[in-house]
Amino acid sequence: MSSSFLQHLVNGISLGSLYALVAIGYTMVYGILRLINFAHGDIFMMGTYFAFFGIMTFHLPWPLAFIVAIIATALLGMLIERAAYKPLRDAPKNSLLISAIGVSFLLENLAIYVFSGKPKAFPNIPLFADTLGVAGVKIQFISFFIPTVTLIFLAILLYVINHTKLGMAMRAVSKDYETAMVMGIDTNRIISITFVIGSTLAAVGAIMWGIRYTQIQPMMGVMPGLKCFVAAVVGGIGNIKGAVVGGFILGLGEVLLIAALPNMTGYRDAFAFILLILILLFRPTGILGEKITEKV
Amino acid sequence: MKKQDKILTVILLAALFIFLIIANLFLDAYIKRVLNLCAIYTILALSMNLINGFTGLFSLGHAGFMAIGAYCVGIFTLPISVRPANFYIEPMHPAIANVELPFFVALLLGGVLAAFFAFLIGAPVLRLRDDYLAIATLGFSEIIRIVLTNMQSITNGPLGIKNIPTTANMWWIYGVTLVTVIFLVLLISSSYGRAFKAIREDEIAAQAMGINLFRHKILSFMIGAFFAGIAGGLYASMLSTVDPKNFIFTLTYNFLLIIVLGGMGSVSGTIISAYIVTAGLEIMRFFDEPLSIFGVSIPLFRPGLRMVIFSICLMIIVLFFRNGLMGNKELNWDMLRGLFSKRSKRIKGGEAR
Amino acid sequence: MTQGPILETKSITMRFGGVVAVNNLSIEVNKGEIVALIGPNGAGKTTAFNMITGVYTPTSGKIYYEGQDITGLRPDQITEKGIARTFQNIRLFKKLTVFDNVLIACHLRLKSNFLTAALRFRQYRREEQRMREQSLELIKKFGLEKYKDDIASSLPYGLQRRLEIARALATQPKLLLLDEPAAGMNPKETEELSAFIREIKDEYNLTVFLIEHHMDLVMEISDRIYVLDFGETIAKGTAEDVQNDPRVIEAYLGVDDNA
Repeated sequence: MSSSFLQHLVNGISLGSLYALVAIGYTMVYGILRLINFAHGDIFMMGTYFAFFGIMTFHLPWPLAFIVAIIATALLGMLIERAAYKPLRDAPKNSLLISAIGVSFLLENLAIYVFSGKPKAFPNIPLFADTLGVAGVKIQFISFFIPTVTLIFLAILLYVINHTKLGMAMRAVSKDYETAMVMGIDTNRIISITFVIGSTLAAVGAIMWGIRYTQIQPMMGVMPGLKCFVAAVVGGIGNIKGAVVGGFILGLGEVLLIAALPNMTGYRDAFAFILLILILLFRPTGILGEKITEKV
Repeated sequence: MKKQDKILTVILLAALFIFLIIANLFLDAYIKRVLNLCAIYTILALSMNLINGFTGLFSLGHAGFMAIGAYCVGIFTLPISVRPANFYIEPMHPAIANVELPFFVALLLGGVLAAFFAFLIGAPVLRLRDDYLAIATLGFSEIIRIVLTNMQSITNGPLGIKNIPTTANMWWIYGVTLVTVIFLVLLISSSYGRAFKAIREDEIAAQAMGINLFRHKILSFMIGAFFAGIAGGLYASMLSTVDPKNFIFTLTYNFLLIIVLGGMGSVSGTIISAYIVTAGLEIMRFFDEPLSIFGVSIPLFRPGLRMVIFSICLMIIVLFFRNGLMGNKELNWDMLRGLFSKRSKRIKGGEAR
Repeated sequence: MTQGPILETKSITMRFGGVVAVNNLSIEVNKGEIVALIGPNGAGKTTAFNMITGVYTPTSGKIYYEGQDITGLRPDQITEKGIARTFQNIRLFKKLTVFDNVLIACHLRLKSNFLTAALRFRQYRREEQRMREQSLELIKKFGLEKYKDDIASSLPYGLQRRLEIARALATQPKLLLLDEPAAGMNPKETEELSAFIREIKDEYNLTVFLIEHHMDLVMEISDRIYVLDFGETIAKGTAEDVQNDPRVIEAYLGVDDNA
């Protein structure tokens, strides 16, 4: 019993870490543009394919392939913002949302068309597949690797946000877009950087997802994408630490709940949305969020 | 309405009636099916436009609401005699195994249930942060599909339900569509419709004018979901099968494209666009077929191209033609008259020269 | 008829995080009066309005309307009770017509439900007819008749301000809150406005509570004046009292060149 609990705990933590990485991208974009970036889940999906093709088609050694994939995904995120969101800066909010959905749908369809809809097996990297025995449980090395990488990236990000000039500008834009612009902050550059950061983290998460769950397919970004937005809301939208907390709650909750109630496995994906409804009912600002008062 | 306009409207309805008679007699089954699908998509897009275009909310739950209506008709109109053949993995749950409803009752029930679920999602979200509605409804849409796939004894799970009586012929479908269009036009032009538009334009001002935001938002959302459920019921009966895979959330994007192309906040634009998009999606099927010209096969044409083009269309419209065909204007007789008189004047002018 | 002031705030305070926007504000507005709330920019005037109209819930203190506690009610509930407002930075339904803007404000008095409205039951038709008549009358009264079918945002600025007042009146208020009604108007327009406010006050049997920067307007029409500075009430009384109050002169009039 306790050994299987440990197994579930480890699974939950690594799933939670992956959710956290993706949720940060949602929370940062929402914080600045008040936009649910529907394409974020699909940027995540593209990240796995970039890594896949880097290794399988271009035969790059895996560390190089991963770096190339991360850079490509970051550029994709920036490109999407420039092409599909920037022209709509002054448009009604619904137009921006439709554009985000359009991008999401386009990426999914392009992936189906170009990569085919059939799932592909993510290349097997022996280093990560090795197992370690802990308290009588065999645990894959990747399960330790995922939370460690997540924490490293989180630490770097928090340092940038809280202790650099760039981070200050980002906080300012997120707090009050217009005032930041008046104060001479190049808001367009900050928004671009936000997308680069969000997409980078999504790519890191995507590659680890590929290693951990081994199968990739064009619609793989949809459910994790929706859930990670929920994670961001649960943690308090606009708050990076909140996104991480939300990610872990969601990942652990999902895994442990299924472990406790195995016959609910089919309803696994519903957990996130029930949590969303509950958090909206009882703590609409999220766990770490502040109350937002709209100006009149 | 002016007297002349009334006459024109009656003529239009009569023309529709005659068209239906002719269509029923002479058109082949495939074209009839496309025409029926156009009408069903009209209901779906119009009800979604009520929520998204007229009230300014952003719901992406239409595939889910439609699924509720479709399964309601599927389950309750399925003759008891054919149920065992359908539910061969696990028999139908005893509570509903012997309940068979007339088509119309099942259709209404589907609409009501869809509205009920809309209330369940809408109540927490619309009261607090309606910018999360998009994500909550999209999630709901997926959950409905998951539930339908898992509730074997009620929905027959991933196998779906087959041999549903095809009560919904062209008359049924066009009749219900017409009623829906008329009802929604009347609603939108009523004081309630004005209140919806006020909320879309400026929530704070609308509230300061005494409009109860929550009550009106949930009203619009539930009415929209109700008609999506009705459309789903027609859809199930038209196809005679339901399958959870029919209601994947990307189906909602079809309706989204329709309202974006037609104009967020235009009934007539939505109707025109529903026909263009639905027929267009059918015609575009050839993109998915391998194509060869003079023996040279064009490598671009293979499965998936159609939806790539579809999503590019959506992007182009929202980026460059944000108002769609009609913006928030309506096509009316005056406008048509204006169009024709301008044209005839131009022709006359040309002759004079 | 209820006794006492139509509107009374009892030491209402509004804090945003650490900032105290309004502190211990106690105001009384009696039926039939025109009362002004003045003060330099950022003094907390609009925040006070937002508390009275339910946009913000005061951190502490109570608000009474006709003797009834309305603290914490939603804006629409407060409007329904009979308090209507305009906004400092005009919030019309920009893309709708002038006529629709006013009609929408009649919606809150509608008794028909959405079904009887959509199905055009007789009761609804009668109500719709009545709302249209009322709106048309208001539009005429406000000299907006020839713009009836124009899009609200296409009106010149001064007329947009007028339309906003007309819209507020369509909710059938007893108390009208005007947030800087003369903002952006020239002296001639301001003068017309003050006559106009008096006129509608008498005609619609209103009490008026307004925020204003144009001192001549305030001094001319107000029965009583409250002066706010940094969230604190620094003076109250008639125009004359306030004008001669040294604290007011120091905080406000002196700096403002009597603009």
